[in-house]
Amino acid sequence: MVQKKAKVEIAIADATKDFYVLRLFITGMLPNSVRAVINIKAICEQHLKGRYELDIIDIYQQPSLTLSENIVAVPVLIKKFPLPEERVIGDLSDTKNVLKELHLV
Amino acid sequence: MKQQQSKKASRLQFPKSLTGIKGLDEITLGGLPKNRSTLLLGSAGCGKTLLAMEFLVNGIRFFNEPGVFLSFEEKVAELALNATSLGYDLYNMMAANKLYLENVQVSRYEVLQVGKYDLEGLFIRLEQAINKVKAKRVVLDSLDALFFGLDSYVLRSEFKRLLSWFKEKKVTVIITAEIGESFLTRHGLEEYVADCVLLLNNRITNQISTRRIRILKYRGSMHGSNEYPFIIDEKGTSVFPLVSEGEQQLSSSKRISSGIKDLDEMLGKKGFYIGSSVLISGTAGTGKTSVAAAFAYSVCAEKHNCLFCAFEEAPNQVMRNMRSIGFDLQPMVKSGKLTFYYSRPTLQNLELHFIAIKKIIKEIRPAIVILDPITNLMTEGPNSDIRSMLTRFVDFLKTQNITVLFTAAITVGSIERNPSDEGISSMVDTWMMVQDIEVDAERTRSLCIIKSRGMVHSNEVRQFKISSKGISLSPLARSQSASLTTAKRKLKEHANLTTSRDEGEFKDTAR
Repeated sequence: MVQKKAKVEIAIADATKDFYVLRLFITGMLPNSVRAVINIKAICEQHLKGRYELDIIDIYQQPSLTLSENIVAVPVLIKKFPLPEERVIGDLSDTKNVLKELHLV
Repeated sequence: MKQQQSKKASRLQFPKSLTGIKGLDEITLGGLPKNRSTLLLGSAGCGKTLLAMEFLVNGIRFFNEPGVFLSFEEKVAELALNATSLGYDLYNMMAANKLYLENVQVSRYEVLQVGKYDLEGLFIRLEQAINKVKAKRVVLDSLDALFFGLDSYVLRSEFKRLLSWFKEKKVTVIITAEIGESFLTRHGLEEYVADCVLLLNNRITNQISTRRIRILKYRGSMHGSNEYPFIIDEKGTSVFPLVSEGEQQLSSSKRISSGIKDLDEMLGKKGFYIGSSVLISGTAGTGKTSVAAAFAYSVCAEKHNCLFCAFEEAPNQVMRNMRSIGFDLQPMVKSGKLTFYYSRPTLQNLELHFIAIKKIIKEIRPAIVILDPITNLMTEGPNSDIRSMLTRFVDFLKTQNITVLFTAAITVGSIERNPSDEGISSMVDTWMMVQDIEVDAERTRSLCIIKSRGMVHSNEVRQFKISSKGISLSPLARSQSASLTTAKRKLKEHANLTTSRDEGEFKDTAR
């Protein structure tokens, strides 16, 4: 019994730990933004397949988010979950550092 | 191309945006470049943020130009609190939708850079803020905090883009930045991007600190090139340029009595010119302050205001001492005719003394100002500085048509060594010297007029007597052999005075 319960807990913990909520803030179709979208999609498909949620938000469309999310540099990728919240800026072409900084693997 | 075009247009007429800051509008000849960016450089504690805030607040208060303040350092509440020390209620202005403060937390995006990026997020935030209050003025405080941790390539290109973006938005901008070896100068940004660069510094000489402002560059406009002192007090920032004074000096031909009958007689029988500057120099204990007090006493008795700046003795001491020679100043202080400004010279910089004195002058509008003694102020700072400040101050008084009398304490040797009396005598119109001389083995005070511009005056060295009834000047007691020359002198003097009176009248009509 004890063992079973532990297994369930571990499974839940694993599932939550491994599930990623990512937000990428971009600015329309500017080159850096387009590159960032392509790069993040590739990273997610390759490393987080099936256990991620990715929102791509155009701050031209939703400018008020710059305030609430405190955005200055774009593109910016924010890992909302698992905590703590972390962010990297740039077009995400440096895949190795993206994975490392956001603890994606 | 765009920049070139705008430059061409600006040649016809250069639009400026008044800062409303005392003196700054004068040295910039009308304010900061309108719809352009001004970089405000300075080391920590120079008053950059405050100056920038004042620019915004004045815009709202006087020119109906709403403003945006984007702070990368201080939080909104902190900024508002700082502004209350100047008497500004920022919350009121924010509620009236005239002012928008935003704090951009930069520490939170000090994050790893994984590829190329720009600061479009900042532009969007700025645009929102500008649209919110329809801002005409924007302040970014400070550049270093904004670009902290970003690489210099992004810094350069984005800063340049930011400034041209501001131009398109038609807002007048102040961007503050630190200066120093490890700051902006390293990037050399100010040299080519900003349209106007102001440099603030805070120097300490002889343990007295003075803030100064200088216009490093101002594209498309003339400007004052000196370093100008400025102060920050409860009413905000004030800059003190030379240009603000000495422009339209009134030259009155009216006279004012010196308060000593015999002295008036020596000065062409009428006394000093109103609005002139008078110097009394002499060694210790020769009665300089007494002459000054006599002047103050007579001016107050004629129901004019007088400001007595005492740098040596406390007002009570001056009053006690002068009562002993028949000038009771106490009732005049009580009736408000006589105002004392008493301060130790070392308390603050000479400029600050003058600023404080100027404030009093604006309040009480005195007919005369007495500085006793000016030499005490001379101990502060290098002499050339003091001379220029004193010149400025005298010019200021002349524009106000105020007669100024300074006393200067000199040592016996210095008269021989430096007959021009520390170089200040060139700026005075009337110069009197009081001296101790020995006559028949007795120390006797004497007074002579060394110069008195624009009037005929006696060349005689007179005995100068201070008694409980006041001051009198009488011909020097001489030994027998000299009595003949005294008689001759009297004749000659009489002749002088008569011819001079004619000359004087001629001058008056010519004017």
